[in-house]
Amino acid sequence: MKAVRTFFYKDSLFRLFSLLSALSVFLICAGIFLSLLRESVPALREFGFFGFLFSVEWNYAESLFGAARPLLGSILTSLIAVTVAAPMGIGIAVFLSELCPAFLKGFVGTAVELLAAIPSIIYGMWGLFVFAPFIEVTLQRGVSALFSGLPFIGSFFEIHYAGGIGFLTAGLVLGVMVLPFIAGVAKEALDSVPKELKEAGYGIGCEKWEVVRRISLPYAGRAVRSGIIIALGRALGETMAIAYIIGNMNIRLTSVFDPYVTVTGVLVNEFNEASGLQMSSLFLLALLLFILNFSTLAVAKFCIAGKKS
Amino acid sequence: MKPTVIRRLRGRLMLFLSSAAAVVGVCFLFAILFSVIRNGIAGLSPELFTDDAAPPWIENEGGMRHAFLGQLLLTTVAAIIGIPVGILGGIYLAEYGNGSRVGRFIGNLADVAIGIPTIIIGTFVYSLLVHPFGGFNGWAGAVALAFIILPVIMRTTEESLRLVPWTMREAAFALGAPYFKVIKDIVFRSGFSGIFTGVSLAVSRIAGETAPLLFTSFNSNYLTADMSGPVPSLTVTVFQYAGSPYEKWVLSAWASSLVITVFILFLNIILKQIIKRRQVL
Repeated sequence: MKAVRTFFYKDSLFRLFSLLSALSVFLICAGIFLSLLRESVPALREFGFFGFLFSVEWNYAESLFGAARPLLGSILTSLIAVTVAAPMGIGIAVFLSELCPAFLKGFVGTAVELLAAIPSIIYGMWGLFVFAPFIEVTLQRGVSALFSGLPFIGSFFEIHYAGGIGFLTAGLVLGVMVLPFIAGVAKEALDSVPKELKEAGYGIGCEKWEVVRRISLPYAGRAVRSGIIIALGRALGETMAIAYIIGNMNIRLTSVFDPYVTVTGVLVNEFNEASGLQMSSLFLLALLLFILNFSTLAVAKFCIAGKKS
Repeated sequence: MKPTVIRRLRGRLMLFLSSAAAVVGVCFLFAILFSVIRNGIAGLSPELFTDDAAPPWIENEGGMRHAFLGQLLLTTVAAIIGIPVGILGGIYLAEYGNGSRVGRFIGNLADVAIGIPTIIIGTFVYSLLVHPFGGFNGWAGAVALAFIILPVIMRTTEESLRLVPWTMREAAFALGAPYFKVIKDIVFRSGFSGIFTGVSLAVSRIAGETAPLLFTSFNSNYLTADMSGPVPSLTVTVFQYAGSPYEKWVLSAWASSLVITVFILFLNIILKQIIKRRQVL
């Protein structure tokens, strides 16, 4: 009897500890929200929530701060990233699951997976020293030579700053960073399409692409869409690569090649030297990014991916 | 043109574009590897690993030893904090909390927590452990890294344990074993290799993290094992050196990037091979 009782106590103890460990995730999430909220109270008092959200000010001398530009920069670069990475990632997935000869599969698959393993700071250095100068001499020169002479829209394509850095370049580098994630999710989804469905397509005389487009992709659609939204969430929070390439200038956008700011870029550049109201504003920025990122991921998880059967 | 010809041409074009996307993706990897190797190889020298930081105007002196060891220290402490809690949490999700409302809620929350920007975790830990204690410290950096791997480890542990057939647990229950013994001796042991590779992948991920360290352990130019003060880390040092105007520091940054990249890529290749091998068996 005694042994049974000690077993019971040990089991309860083990159960309790494992429950507490599991709850730590909840504590972290709640802790992030509450502590960022607490730290941003002074900024909220000073500017008000909507006043801060829609203000384009970022003025140290007059202590006026607003989130509009950093938030817009984060959203804009992430959208560019996903716009580039989604079709490419789906293309890679189609290649890997439908076209790739067996001997290349391991190589291409691993190479794309490894893109995800490279630390963000390496992307930053590569972006700053290699990719941005490359974009400067190819995309920037080319596009601005073509379009900057046009009336009305020409000024959107002027180059104001040298070096190739800017929100467009940052968005492209972000695109490379989220590409392996989208490709991985899409490949897994395409691989899970039942063979019978595809064979039915071939049976009525479909081309390979038509089977992919009309049967496989719709079947995999939900998973792919949620993967793209998750990639968007990741791009929103990407920091070190952006900090190098965005240029970090709080200015009014007049050209697609302008440098800009993102929430993460502002945090990296100012957090350690900030104090007072500026510090509180930075915490409020972090809170806004947290809410944006958290809701993006939650939408991907619950609304699009739906319940797993 | 006949409709069949148009259909065939369009199909060929789209499939060609898909293949082109794969080629471009592979090219990106090699472009990054190539530039890291080309720029970093010149800076590789024994001094990089044996010397600590030196002022940039002193020729032929100064290395990254302090940063390498600091990074190792931070990652190790983070792993010591994060791995047990993560594995225990994963055990709850897969065993005790299996199917319960709390278990499902925490599991979903962990999925979302994996995607929380690491710099946000840095600001959180700043307000939790740096500001109240009066300055940047190594503990804060390690805790920030631990917060990042925790949900990852939790999820991989859960997945590995779920692969263990339920009948094995029932066989042990039938012998009268209490649940914690079943978990400890049967389930955990069967799932161990999966947990091990998952945990190693997670640790390799935080070994290259920069953003959460900026506001927590900050950086230092001195070799230190004192976790109550700023601790140098390779990634933050690379960030500062790469943005500096000194050629020597930029070169050191490239060389260190080369070391980080090669280390993480090899670790990833090896661990993924192990995972694939297991799936075949």
